[in-house]
This record gives sequence, C-alpha cells and structure tokens, in this order.
Amino acid sequence: MMKAYLLAAMVGAGFLASSLTASAADGSAILQSQCASCHALTQPENTSLDRLWERKGPDLYYAGVKFNKPWLVKWLQDPVRIRPAGEFYRKHIKKGDKGDVVDESTLTVHPKLAQADAEAAADALMALKGPEGLIETGKYDADKKPSPMAKMLFTKLRGCYACHSIGGGKGGLSGSSLETAGDRLQPDFIYSYIKDPQKIDKGIWMPKLKISEQDLQNLTGYIAQLKGKEGK
Amino acid sequence: MNISRSVLLLAGMSLIFLGSLATPASAADDQFKHAEKLYDTYCAQCHGADRDGNGLNSTFISVQPRDHSDPKGMGDIPNDEIIEVIKKGGLAANKSVLMPAWGEIFSDEEVDQLAAYLRHICKCGSN
Repeated sequence: MMKAYLLAAMVGAGFLASSLTASAADGSAILQSQCASCHALTQPENTSLDRLWERKGPDLYYAGVKFNKPWLVKWLQDPVRIRPAGEFYRKHIKKGDKGDVVDESTLTVHPKLAQADAEAAADALMALKGPEGLIETGKYDADKKPSPMAKMLFTKLRGCYACHSIGGGKGGLSGSSLETAGDRLQPDFIYSYIKDPQKIDKGIWMPKLKISEQDLQNLTGYIAQLKGKEGK
Repeated sequence: MNISRSVLLLAGMSLIFLGSLATPASAADDQFKHAEKLYDTYCAQCHGADRDGNGLNSTFISVQPRDHSDPKGMGDIPNDEIIEVIKKGGLAANKSVLMPAWGEIFSDEEVDQLAAYLRHICKCGSN
C-alpha cells in the first residue's frame, strides 16, 4: 500500500515537473513562432536606417528591463495600439486637410494571445534583459515626488508632448502614446530612455537632449504616474 | 575594315554621349539620397512629408514648424544658422525650443548634407 502511495506521489511529481517544463518552454516557443517575425528577440547587428525602416515592431531583446510584467500579460490578451502611427510613422501617413494624418488603412492589428499563452510569453519576455549596462538602474528616485513643473517640462519646455500623446486626443503621434506609460514601463527604463534614447534604440527618431538630472527625475516621475484607470 | 572601325568609333562615342546624359541626374539623386532618408526619418514627423511644416505632429506644436518649401522664408536664413539649428536646436538661434538638437545623432557631414538638401528643396540657393 505504502509503495502504491509512493509510486503515485512520484508519478504526480513527475507530471507536475514535466508540465512546468512544458509551460516554460512554451513561452520561448511562442516568442519564436509568433513574435520573432516582427520583433528582434536578440540584439541585431544591423542598426542601419534601412533596418529601422523595415522593422515591423519594436525590439524586444531587452523587454525584461523595459516592461512591467502584469501589463504585458494583460496587453498580450487584449492589445491596444501604443504607437498611433504604427512602428514607423513615416510609412503610415497620408495627406489630410491641414497636413499629414495617420493612414489607418495601412496599420495592422497586433495578434491576441490566450491567457495561458500570454502568461508564458510574458515570462519569456521578462527573461530577455539585453546587454549589460543598457539601462541605468537605481538612478531614478521613486520616493521623491515630481515637482509641479514636471508636467510643464513634458508639455512645453522639453517638447515631449509634440511627439507623445498623453491620451484624450492630446499630444503628438509619431512617438509612442504615454497614456498608460506608468503601467507599461519600468521607471528605470523611462529614465534611461529619456537620457539617451539612441543608446537603447539606435537610430530612433527621438532626439538625445541635454537634460539636467533634476529634469530627468521630474520627467520620469511625471511619465511613471501616467496610468490607466485600473493602474491608479 | 575602315567601315567597321568607323562603326565601332561611332558606337563608342554614342555610349560616351549617352553616359554623359545620364550622369548629372543620377549624381544629383545620389547627392541627396542619404539626406532625403534622414529627413524622412527624423524631420518629416514635424516638418511634413511635403516639407511644408504640416507634419503629423504639427497640430500639437505651439509654434508652427518651419515650411522648408518656402523659398522666401528659407532664403532669408543663412547657411550657418541652418547648420547651427540642426546641430544645437532652435534655442541656439533664438528660435523655438521645440526644434530639438540633432547634433548627437547626425555626423557633421550629415548635417552639411541636410543643409544642402534644404537649399535644394526650397529652391532658394545659398546665402
């Protein structure tokens, strides 16, 4: 009898272990089969302008230092467009009455994943950390409240608003929407990307500005508190 | 023999003539090819696909981006100032803070190419 219990326990443990392994493997397999055709999962050697023009989605080889996992799991099941003019705005604009507008007909919808797949893919994405030193960790002081000037820096003084939307039809369209940036992005990533977007995303159409440490803290603080209704 | 030599000579001369016709156009295209790509990547988001200041983001910018197709407006700006503004941003020339500094992204050679390209598209020569 005892032997039968032991056998059952061993079989059970073996089954659990194999299902865990399968689930971990699935995440990487999902990335390879469903994501790799549009997103770089390893650091590309080619950082030319031509590659930037051909890129169909943002690079994900540093997803683990960029995204917040709960956001990833949710978004992968119900993706909402982050870049109003697609991955590369220049390929998705047309002439409007007053100037260039987004040509919605050229934009594609991001595939949806089922919950289990989304969780496995998010786990696999969070394991992609990119090269050492890509992100400056620990520089952003989350305990310090952003100055009341932070929003002014974003909307006027540093011009972020010219390219980045903050939702409600407010803000530019060639950059990613930051409406829910606080849910989506890790504060250290926000800080590092503002400081030197070219170091993280070589060739990207966001300028590298000379920004004081104080303004970097304030801008990061402002963007990190931009959250959707559920994130607030 | 003489006739075939003459034919060959004529054919050779025609080729040279045809070549000389083709060269100036392709040289001009090549001259601005890279600058045009840079413009379409970095500048068009605000200055527009038609280079007229009506880019995708222009509605959200409190100061209208410069119309690069305007011969008068562009013709009044000296080359040095164009180069300065691309490299160091609008503030460097007492212009809009919303024109960012691109000097960290473009090489000096690329800035020169862009300045020449701007003269090309405004059809306003150089100051």
